[in-house]
Amino acid sequence: MRRNRLAVWGAFALLIGALSLVAAGCGGGDDEGSGSASTEIEGLGANLDEIKANAKTEGQVNLVIWPGYAVLTDEFTAATGCKVSTKDGASSDDMISLLQSGAYDGGSFSGNATVRLMANGDVAPIDTEFISNWDDIQEGIKNQDYNSRDGQAYGVPHGRGPNYLMFRTDQVPEGTDSWNVIWDDDQLAKYKGKISIYDDSIFIADAALYLKATQPDLGIDNPYQLTQEQFDAAVELLKKQAPSVGEYWPGDVAKQIQSYTNGDSVVGTTWPYQYVELQKANVPVAIVKPKEGTTGWSDTWMVSSKAEHPNCMYLWMDHMASPEAQAAVAEAFGEAPVNIKACDLTKDKSHCDTYHADDEAWWDDVYYWTTPQADCADDDDSTSCVTQADWQAAWTEIRS
Amino acid sequence: MTSVAMSEPPPRQGPGRRLSTFLYRHPRVRLWALLAVPALWLGGVYLGSLAYLLLASFWTADPFTAQLVHEFTLDNFRRIIETPVYRDVAWRTVKMAALVTVACAVLAFPLAYYMARIASTRMRNLLVVAVLMPLWGSYLVKAYAWRTILSGEGVINWALGPFGVEFDGYSNTGLWLVFTYLWLPYMVLPVYAGLERIPSSLLEASSDLGGRSIRTFFSVTLPLVFPAVVAGSIFTFSLTLGDYIAPGLISSDQFIGTVIYREYGTALPVAAAYALVPIAIIVAYLLVARRLKAFESL
Repeated sequence: MRRNRLAVWGAFALLIGALSLVAAGCGGGDDEGSGSASTEIEGLGANLDEIKANAKTEGQVNLVIWPGYAVLTDEFTAATGCKVSTKDGASSDDMISLLQSGAYDGGSFSGNATVRLMANGDVAPIDTEFISNWDDIQEGIKNQDYNSRDGQAYGVPHGRGPNYLMFRTDQVPEGTDSWNVIWDDDQLAKYKGKISIYDDSIFIADAALYLKATQPDLGIDNPYQLTQEQFDAAVELLKKQAPSVGEYWPGDVAKQIQSYTNGDSVVGTTWPYQYVELQKANVPVAIVKPKEGTTGWSDTWMVSSKAEHPNCMYLWMDHMASPEAQAAVAEAFGEAPVNIKACDLTKDKSHCDTYHADDEAWWDDVYYWTTPQADCADDDDSTSCVTQADWQAAWTEIRS
Repeated sequence: MTSVAMSEPPPRQGPGRRLSTFLYRHPRVRLWALLAVPALWLGGVYLGSLAYLLLASFWTADPFTAQLVHEFTLDNFRRIIETPVYRDVAWRTVKMAALVTVACAVLAFPLAYYMARIASTRMRNLLVVAVLMPLWGSYLVKAYAWRTILSGEGVINWALGPFGVEFDGYSNTGLWLVFTYLWLPYMVLPVYAGLERIPSSLLEASSDLGGRSIRTFFSVTLPLVFPAVVAGSIFTFSLTLGDYIAPGLISSDQFIGTVIYREYGTALPVAAAYALVPIAIIVAYLLVARRLKAFESL
């Protein structure tokens, strides 16, 4: 009996030891995020004709996507010979770990993922010469800090949208145009238990954005790069809000749609997708971009630096920038397309107007998701900001 | 033909035959060949990933890229011990698991007793099917159905409306109802099996000795079936402790599972350290359960 027990513990200790060795081995091989801006990927053709020819031999492309982002795949396969296989990501963090697994050629990523992917060297810079639709993509979206580094493009823009304020028109006054309905004391008391909030640490930026408008003394400029003092003020605001929140929706759109349908939630923050779905179901809801501005997202197709099928991936990025694919995906999600030629192809001819696709001034006060960084993502060495890890820790405490 | 069939067949010397002879002569090899796959599964995949989790809890994540940094630290444990929110969430989860277990036991016992000792065979089979039936449906569908039931406009509030009572369904009380519904079958089945195993002769002996039904119940039935209740509670308790989907859908409070689910992406080491909390609780629970002889009723 005693000997048996010893043997079991011995085996367990051996197993742990072996695993530690494996883990240590992995640790040694860590890449230093390379800063080189070479667009070369092993096996990628030197010009568009070569890429098209190579793609025929590759015959396959594996993508990490936001659910439903890959459209017109059959047409793409017919035109290029590349079969498309997709894997849905649950969150930006999830999509990062999927891409890092090395099983994918690329995917569609939001700004809070792209910044980390570029810094890690997980994605490769792209040669825009190979993207035939590149010139049709709006200039205002190119060369942003979430899709380029030092002026070098790292991907093809996909589409963008704001996080709207959404409310039931039968419960909340029609002309509502301020975020104060989810932040002010008297409003919190009024809508207690009926407020719907996105359950992610990135929502701290929404509090910071409101403080930027209402407490200029704090000096908040970029709601994602906050000093400790600014961050603490945002967290305090969120802690004050928490008892009145009826529901936090963790990227789970079905949950929020159900709550608004039943009237359990009447006001809160949302993506255009839920609004489109609620409209279809004749639920009396309205969305607005409040006067304080809002947070939002601008997504980008990027190619993995270790892509197995880089040629098919380049063709795919070009495909998703085409007017046809842009029209299809923008309308399904209530996004603004980034290729304005798509506006002639949407079923609803007013889609681009509704979603302000070509109204660059409208997007001035939309702050796209990005990753909080210790150096405040600027060139000023004297500033220091609260990191992503601290945002995450604070969010757990806010939720209590 | 007949003469051939009747004579002794010559021993075949194919590779299969040789292998079979070899295995016959080496029982240890035979045993390990049989056990290799399950042992690999249990030892490598199952315990291996747990060991890796344990290791990860001593590492840190890069604050920007969230990549694992393989340097030994106790910071994660310090954080989950010193930050009040982690203690509050753990305590809330344990309380919920205990309340769900009690509710399941109270509901399951009379039902199981009826099934095991009173119902006709036909009725018993019907009830077994009825208890098992909810397990055939998808967990997610049931959780979402409960969201509809518990909604302010849902059937519970519709029924309570005439009495002027308003029930806040999306709360921990609502979650308690949902958990009790979800895990009830896991309590009914072991208790039913435990009750069925009690020989009728023991109950008859009790009444022969003058025990009334109440005395028989408390002195004979209950002590005999108690290990089965503890066995069932292992399921209801541990399932509640680890669940993250129902709490995310029903309650706006955090539970151990929801915290781990949200943190693993950017703070895997903290999530790993926190995951050891329910493991420690369950190990303690199992040690107590073993003392109560619950394992013999599984």
